[in-house]
Amino acid sequence: MNDTPPSVVIEGLSKTFTGPDGKPFRAIDGISLSIQPGTLVALVGPDGAGKTTLMRMMAGLLRPDSGRLEVLGIDLAKDAQTVQNRISYMPQRFGLYEDLSVQENLDLYADLHGVPADVRAERFSRLLDMTDLARFTGRPAGKLSGGMKQKLGLACTLVRVPDLLLLDEPSVGVDPLSRRDLWQIIEQLIASDGLSVIGSTAYMDEAGRCDHVFVLNQGTLLAEGSPDDLRRRAEGLTHVVSPADGVPARDLQARMIDAPDLVVDAVPSAGQVRFICQPGCDQAALKALLHDCDCQPRKEELEDAFMLLLHQHDGSGGDVSAPPPLASEAPVASQNGHGDGPVIVVRDLVRRFGDFTAVANTSFDVKRGEIFGLLGPNGAGKTTTFRMLCGLLPATSGELQVAGVNLRKARAAARARIGYVAQKFSLYSNLSVYENLDFFGGAYGLRGKARYQRVSEIIRQFDLDPDAQSGNLPLGYKQRLAMAAGLLHEPEILFLDEPTSGIDPLARRSFWRTITALSQSGVTVVVTTHFMEEAEYCDRIAIQDAGRLLALGTPREVRERSGITDGYMNEAFIAIVEQARAAEAGGLEAA
Amino acid sequence: MRDSAFRIRLVALVRKETRQMLRDRSNLLVGLLLPVALILLFGYGLSFDVKNAPVALVMDNNSAAAREAVSGIGGSRYLVPVRVGSMAQADALLRAGKVDAIVRVPIDFAEQQARGKAQVQLILNGIDSTTATSLEAYINGALGTVTLRRIDRGTGGATGVGGVSLVQRIWFNEAGISTWYLVPGLVVLIMTLVGAFLTSLLIAREWERGTLEALFVTPVRPLELVLAKIVPYLAIGLIDLVMCVVAARLLFEVPIRGSLLAILLTSMAYLLVSLLMGLFISGTTRNQFAASQMALLASFMPALMLSGFVFDLRNVPLAVKIASQIVPATHFMGVIKTLFLAGTDWGMVLRGCAILLGYAVVLLALTWRTVRKRLD
Repeated sequence: MNDTPPSVVIEGLSKTFTGPDGKPFRAIDGISLSIQPGTLVALVGPDGAGKTTLMRMMAGLLRPDSGRLEVLGIDLAKDAQTVQNRISYMPQRFGLYEDLSVQENLDLYADLHGVPADVRAERFSRLLDMTDLARFTGRPAGKLSGGMKQKLGLACTLVRVPDLLLLDEPSVGVDPLSRRDLWQIIEQLIASDGLSVIGSTAYMDEAGRCDHVFVLNQGTLLAEGSPDDLRRRAEGLTHVVSPADGVPARDLQARMIDAPDLVVDAVPSAGQVRFICQPGCDQAALKALLHDCDCQPRKEELEDAFMLLLHQHDGSGGDVSAPPPLASEAPVASQNGHGDGPVIVVRDLVRRFGDFTAVANTSFDVKRGEIFGLLGPNGAGKTTTFRMLCGLLPATSGELQVAGVNLRKARAAARARIGYVAQKFSLYSNLSVYENLDFFGGAYGLRGKARYQRVSEIIRQFDLDPDAQSGNLPLGYKQRLAMAAGLLHEPEILFLDEPTSGIDPLARRSFWRTITALSQSGVTVVVTTHFMEEAEYCDRIAIQDAGRLLALGTPREVRERSGITDGYMNEAFIAIVEQARAAEAGGLEAA
Repeated sequence: MRDSAFRIRLVALVRKETRQMLRDRSNLLVGLLLPVALILLFGYGLSFDVKNAPVALVMDNNSAAAREAVSGIGGSRYLVPVRVGSMAQADALLRAGKVDAIVRVPIDFAEQQARGKAQVQLILNGIDSTTATSLEAYINGALGTVTLRRIDRGTGGATGVGGVSLVQRIWFNEAGISTWYLVPGLVVLIMTLVGAFLTSLLIAREWERGTLEALFVTPVRPLELVLAKIVPYLAIGLIDLVMCVVAARLLFEVPIRGSLLAILLTSMAYLLVSLLMGLFISGTTRNQFAASQMALLASFMPALMLSGFVFDLRNVPLAVKIASQIVPATHFMGVIKTLFLAGTDWGMVLRGCAILLGYAVVLLALTWRTVRKRLD
């Protein structure tokens, strides 16, 4: 292995872009690394770490400002075309032609790579078989589901065995089942064809499957090694603690997150809190923080090492060091406290688009002050359900009550009592933070001095810079601003659509800390997410697939239903969706 | 080996572009139906011709000679005389837009004529200068006919004897029918529209959807990408050209006096320029919306305003004249009008084609740069 030349050699590589605010920003900052052929390599890091830039440079699409970059022994600065002839690259958006069929996409790439006709038939049938796309060869790529698109994108890069395969975040925005399938295909091909693969990912479980992992953050290489090597960095620091009876795990987790000199990271999981303590922290202080709850050591995982590395690197500046908004606020004695009946009632809700049923016969309640999560793969009906709850989309049939108001009759009255944060940043990019909030305050009917006071108050609570131009804020701060705007009129219920997609893990922790604080002050929160582990922050969750409600209950109940009680939510989710799909298939066969 | 790989890739890309073109209904709508709509609109709907224009007649002198002098106005199918009693009344009618011109016979018309130098006053409404110019010509003609008739009859005064009389003839568009020069101009507009507007979406769409990024990391060469995007739209342009020529001949009876081969050659040369212009804009903006806006502004508008389609380029200020010479459509417009209405002047055709191909080469080089397999 050691005498074969490395497939990628990078020395002192740098690349600077002009940021949205006109200032230069270093996407890649002096990285050196070398990658062995015949291995599966992961580039991991939060958003903005430089993963995509590095991928594009290896594909010869971006020219480095300085440093040396050799792929397959060829200097990319001198002969990018030769490298591009021999490698394959799947960009984040798969590079498919949506108006061409599955077969036509495959044919196009096979022609471009000059795959001879005799090899082609055998190769295609194998790829179609592996990706389970053989039934859909005539379907336009644009009409495939997200997971199928991604598999087709992969198949297009594999029309011939490349000398190196580059996959840029192949699993972004794809449901857990499809993610698992994708990695199985890649592993099969490594075993059968001796493929060399470099993939970037934000998921640690994916990185854990690789031979070698490079951890990137803010354009620099933080660490590298086998998953086991990296994992050991967190050895002895990882513990799990059970909260006292009746206390939600997230409340304990919030308290721990607020003590950064003792705890590096804490997440709720299966009714407990998994955490990493600071190396050499004061054990007595930690014990006091935990209120003598039952604390056990646990086996460290790659994720723990990753969080540890990020925290050590991000010690200053960025989204992270700023205290999570609202955390410092004393929990407001809630005027609408817990437990006095449901605040959202959904009965037999149906939504059809033509002959397509996006949401079928869905019923659930959300209690006052609860954090309620809607989970599901893409296309499950989450967003449609969500839009109906917010009164943005009329239901085809069924009953829908929000904040005590029947949405089918008095939509405007209900809207005044809810706040809505859309998935895409929906504020005005070229207005300042203050101007945006002032505008939305006016839109919610706040006037004069009251508006000024409320806007100032929320700016302080969310720790925002009133003069900053909204479009130039980092993603985590944009999220904060959007939430602040949604809370201006002090709604009873806050709806958040995929609030954490595209945000790095540290900013996500800070985001959930804010949600926990909001919930403590009595606001009901309804949130959709495709990060299954985030279900652990919720009081109750609903899992949707193909428009149907598959499971409803506390995270613990849902996990028990799946039969996977000790694992992660991710596995529980996969099990539930698979059981439901199998049951349906069985039902069809019986009929 | 190298050549055959090039051919395989080019064929694959052309096939891909053709499929995409055929599957995008809005593309076909703009490429094939819009030209039909334009042909019908320009052929039947629009006309600069003046017909049945009301002309106020103020007869301050009502002698037989005076009446004879203006009798031609009643005899023309372009003019309708409106007799009014006074100049003030005529003035009011002109202001109200009820008449387009005033013809006034002065009170001493008879004496003037006796001296051999009679004058009639013509007042035109200059608000619409095109109509005014046409009217002037028609009224001049109508009045002149009477004079010629008198000369023929030998009753004329001094005019016929030893005087020079002007006998007018308009060549190439003998009847001065505006359809005749609008339709060749329409070929220019349609070639511009199909070329620049449709292709302006092509590269930008691939940037927006991220497909170019995947395509770049294959053995494909930039030139192949550009060529593949041109081929299917050349075919659409050819269909449109045939439609225009057939419509011109059969529907509007425009004489096609030049050689069809010359029309085909020049049109294809211009279409190539237009396609490359669209692709260049597309590759530079990398955004479909901006590209289509820009294509309209940078190619369609100049083709409409500056090519000599509507305005005669000999009468514009120097700066506009220079600008118009930069617009490729101007060079095509001159040649195609001549080919339709006058005949084939091969020297002119070849010169026009050479200029257009020069543009094509420059634009090809520029477009090539926009897809040179780099993201920065």
